[in-house]
Amino acid sequence: MAHPPSKALSDPVANVPLPAVSTGAPATRPSFLLSMSTLWWREIRSFYRQRSRVIGVLATPLVFWLLLGSGFGTSLRTSAGDENYLQFFYPGTVVLVVLFTAIFSNMSIIEDRREGFLLSVLVAPVSRWALVLGKVTGATTIGVLQGLLFLPLAPLLGISVSPERIPAILGVLLVLSFGLTGLGFFFAWWLNSVQGFHSVMNIVLMPMWMLSGAVFPADGAAGWVKGVMSFNPLTYGITAYRHYLAPAGVQIPGPSIETCWAVTLVFGMFTLAAACYQAGRSSPEGLG
Amino acid sequence: MQAMPVPPAVEVSSLVFRYGERTALDKVSFSVEQGEIFGLLGPNGGGKTTLFRILSTLLTPAEGSARVSSFDVSRQPLAVRKIIGVVFQNQSLDRRLSASENLIHQGHLYGLRGEALKNRIDLLLELLGIEDRRNDAVDTLSGGLKRRVELAKGLIHQPELLLLDEPSTGVDPGARLDFWEYIQLLRRREGITVLLTTHLLEEADKCDRLAILDQGRLVAEGSPRELKEQIGGDVVVILSSRDSQKLSSDISRQFDLEPTIVNGSVRFEHPQGAELVARLMQALPEQIDSVTVSHPTLEDFFIRVTGHRFGEEDPAGDQA
Repeated sequence: MAHPPSKALSDPVANVPLPAVSTGAPATRPSFLLSMSTLWWREIRSFYRQRSRVIGVLATPLVFWLLLGSGFGTSLRTSAGDENYLQFFYPGTVVLVVLFTAIFSNMSIIEDRREGFLLSVLVAPVSRWALVLGKVTGATTIGVLQGLLFLPLAPLLGISVSPERIPAILGVLLVLSFGLTGLGFFFAWWLNSVQGFHSVMNIVLMPMWMLSGAVFPADGAAGWVKGVMSFNPLTYGITAYRHYLAPAGVQIPGPSIETCWAVTLVFGMFTLAAACYQAGRSSPEGLG
Repeated sequence: MQAMPVPPAVEVSSLVFRYGERTALDKVSFSVEQGEIFGLLGPNGGGKTTLFRILSTLLTPAEGSARVSSFDVSRQPLAVRKIIGVVFQNQSLDRRLSASENLIHQGHLYGLRGEALKNRIDLLLELLGIEDRRNDAVDTLSGGLKRRVELAKGLIHQPELLLLDEPSTGVDPGARLDFWEYIQLLRRREGITVLLTTHLLEEADKCDRLAILDQGRLVAEGSPRELKEQIGGDVVVILSSRDSQKLSSDISRQFDLEPTIVNGSVRFEHPQGAELVARLMQALPEQIDSVTVSHPTLEDFFIRVTGHRFGEEDPAGDQA
């Protein structure tokens, strides 16, 4: 389909005489905040234009939750007394939504790095920190929003969420999502195939989730599993979430809420630093 | 460039780049004047993409230097990034966003915002004839229109130097011609210097000047016309179903020429090709199947300096 260029060429503005020589450096004053926020907004805008991805991030955890939760029913007794498995599994499901969001958003780094959007950011006068922060805050926002969609399900299950705890729940989700996205970014930056990222997902990210107290509680697990769980930063995020969902007066087994917050925050800052460090270096093959 | 000395838009000197053992660029030097449309011509794998990536600050050269308007690409990448606009071979647009949304994000990356950004976007969309499609998702645009949005994206911050990597890839011939008209228009309007890579000879022919890269080396530099004039006269290509080797040596002996054999056909250059052919046909009638006499093309020049044909056919033409 040849588009006649004549429209633009015969346009009156095209014939207005202009200084032939470039006026020198244009008023390009790159701004860290503007770059970061535009990348943040692009991430969100682009995500919500993809229905399949929006649904995918929600559907898998929902199916996991309903099938596993209903399947185990009451055959798994947890220390929290008469809690059924559907209830026990609830915080883990929300964290899985956050994890999936982080994974999907970082998958696009790999697609974008060799060709596409990311290259055009790399040749723009944008600091790598703005690039990382834009990506990570974008994915975090999406993760929290998607995770929040699960919140109304809690009362249906007999989990009472008191309104004054919602900000704290939001905070936990936010910091967790931040940490997981940073972690995903760290891996995605130096991998050059989506397949490679799938193995990271299967070897690192999914086991991390499974051994976080999301699927089974630590107190009944084998000794070594317990050990691994206590080193897993995600355990503390999940436990913090459990603290906020527990009815008043009920003691949650495991680390205290303060420890949970501290570990989750450190995890978030650590992965952000790792992601920034990673992005500051060129990838092994000089970006393709 | 008359009044005061202006630094060249691009100055590359003794540039070396290696991928491990393989030398992708071997002491390449050339310069591009302000306001030129300069082409880097070469077969795929010739080193032009590597050079493109060095100029766009994505790769750091091992030796030598590359400067854009007196800024060194490896030492002052930020200064270079502000004044270059880059259009990659592959799509860099977010296909889920509309043309104007893509341009807004791009403008923000360069610190443009508000009214100034809006005016710039309006102007570019109008110049490039995509105003009526500005709110359509990029995914719904044709290949040619996408290229124009890419061009607008690369120009959003009024760069001094526009770098285009294989601008015709994946674009049908009609849209390819359009694209060239837009490039010319933009040069006139914005006084921009354009450096592009291409493996298409007819595209190279439209550039003001060319550098020809083959196997990492710069084999020639000049305007398409200068390069073709170096051949001097006509190019004669003879097809023979018999022994090309024998034909070649017969011609060499009887006519005092130095023919070469390229892909089984015998070829040579001569100031009066047509007259010579008549004599040739009389002298060696049974060895000659067909003869072509033509004015020299860039390909002839390429064969002359490298000793081999330009290489593959245009893959984009098949896709279109």
